[in-house]
Amino acid sequence: MDISTKLLTMLLAILLFVAVVGLMLFIAGRTERRSASIVGYVFLFPSIIMVSVGLLYPAVRTIFQSFFDAAGKAFVGLDNYQTIFTSSDDLLVLRNTVLWVVVTPFVATAIGLLYAILVDGARGEAFAKSLIFLPMAISMVAASIIWKFVYEFRPDQPGVRQIGLLNQVVVWLGGSPQQWIVNSPWNTFFLIVVMIWIQAGFAMTILSAAIKAIPEDIIEAARLDGVTAIGMFRFVTLPSIRPSVIVVLTTIGIGTLKVFDVVRTMTGGNFNTNVVANEFYTQSFRASNQGLGSALAVLLFVLVVPIVVYNVRQLRASEAR
Amino acid sequence: MSTVTPQVDLTPEERAALARKSSSAGRAASIARKKATSPVASAIAVALAVLWTIPTFGLLLSSIRPEKAIKTTGWWTFFSDPQVTLDNYKTVLSTEGASGLGSFFVNSFVITIPAVLIPICLAALAAYAFAWIDFRGRNFLFVLVFALQIVPLQVALLPLLTMYVKAGLGGTFWTLWLSHSAFALPLAIFILHNFMKEIPKELIEAARMDGAGHVKIFFRVMLPLLTPALAAFGIFQFLWVWNDLLVALTFASDNTVVPLTVALANLSGTRGTAWHLLSAGAFISIIVPVAVFISLQRYFVRGLLAGGLKG
Repeated sequence: MDISTKLLTMLLAILLFVAVVGLMLFIAGRTERRSASIVGYVFLFPSIIMVSVGLLYPAVRTIFQSFFDAAGKAFVGLDNYQTIFTSSDDLLVLRNTVLWVVVTPFVATAIGLLYAILVDGARGEAFAKSLIFLPMAISMVAASIIWKFVYEFRPDQPGVRQIGLLNQVVVWLGGSPQQWIVNSPWNTFFLIVVMIWIQAGFAMTILSAAIKAIPEDIIEAARLDGVTAIGMFRFVTLPSIRPSVIVVLTTIGIGTLKVFDVVRTMTGGNFNTNVVANEFYTQSFRASNQGLGSALAVLLFVLVVPIVVYNVRQLRASEAR
Repeated sequence: MSTVTPQVDLTPEERAALARKSSSAGRAASIARKKATSPVASAIAVALAVLWTIPTFGLLLSSIRPEKAIKTTGWWTFFSDPQVTLDNYKTVLSTEGASGLGSFFVNSFVITIPAVLIPICLAALAAYAFAWIDFRGRNFLFVLVFALQIVPLQVALLPLLTMYVKAGLGGTFWTLWLSHSAFALPLAIFILHNFMKEIPKELIEAARMDGAGHVKIFFRVMLPLLTPALAAFGIFQFLWVWNDLLVALTFASDNTVVPLTVALANLSGTRGTAWHLLSAGAFISIIVPVAVFISLQRYFVRGLLAGGLKG
């Protein structure tokens, strides 16, 4: 397919879509005189259809499929789930996922918060913030390539020079270069660094907005009481922005739970760095194990729920106060 | 404070003005104090900023160095031995050859534009219905759509792929347009609904009194007021689709529809040491979202604050 054909296809798709929406609006306008509530159904119709067919039905289908074997034919009960929690490969996958979800949100939020406080009210604040925020706008594939280059390893031989920044720094400090993304178990942490690099900007943006919303008189009162900078952070800033901190932690936690791009691009899940989302992709689309793939997808869903429930509860509590 | 300067005979307005003045003086003082006491804080901030920028900078610099230089020396040697070439970009941008990414760049646009337009239009209609039209089952449907936000899209991929193949759509752009639209709808409806609820009720009621129907109100009253919200979500969705790997990897089995992210990931997998191609390729994929981000930063941040992270 050449470029013009592609653009033409795209144009046709958009025109088709516009025609469908136009037809709907026409129907809505016609039926409106009889009953206003019908318009509601007409407006909702395409969204409900798309969400039902594209999200709701497949989700139910996946839950169903997770109780069947690799080919999706024979009922196997909870065997797939048993595999996830007993096979040594999958236990490693679970361990890594726990590491990701525990480390990433806290470190990214801590760095984001620290930076937000440091640059608050400083000259060039907007520019300083966009430097940290920029990784958030690019794809995780590009971010992974950027970091793979930082971690690049060249054998420690005379005449061979390091081209990765991290190894060069190690060499400058008198150490010997390491294969950062190959050597287990620390390689998982070097992958997590990439996610922290991406998410810190998100944490900073939200927390910075929360810090600026703290009423001036509270800060003033604390200052008149002679509170130190650290005391100010502990007793004024942190309690005031607590709801935002929880939102940031849980949001990054959910995003990290589903991390796929970074692991796939950097190691492909090799060298003991595999995580649930990558194993889901491998089982579903590479190993053609529908049952296990579905069970892993359901596991992701099940793990997201408690985080969301906690988040909603905390929000309710802070609103009630 | 009142013990120091007894404020008698002041109207509330004057008092408020005074308070504002003293608080702005307080802020100025606090900034001054911060500047005076925190060279350490500034140093940490600068160190973090450098740490966050230098990985990207290193790759950007590498992308304009000759292949041989990239592979034998670190990018920092550029400062002692500057060699500049555009060959990497020429190779990567060509639509010919195994390492040309040009056609994938086009694919990314072809995928992204409808995948942004379709959900925005549909979500705006649905959000209007939820916000301003009374009909039976409204609350139930709204809770349903709201709850679907938390469903990880992983649970939908396998059955969707089967459905597409059965419908004869396998490997076409349609799989990506439809999937991205469906996945975006719950969040889009939620965000736009929140914005619409903030529009004063009187405005809608006055229009209804004048005999305007919902279709007319939607176009004449809502859409103009909603432009910032639509822009915020539009940018959010644009970046999401442009940067997506998982959905494209699942459905774009045919090389003619593969977007840049997948092509780049494949290049990184098969030619992981071809840094002259990877660096230039990564930059071509970065340039579009970064341009969008820089030019529309305000909307982007607003969308982020409203919707958090999707996926």
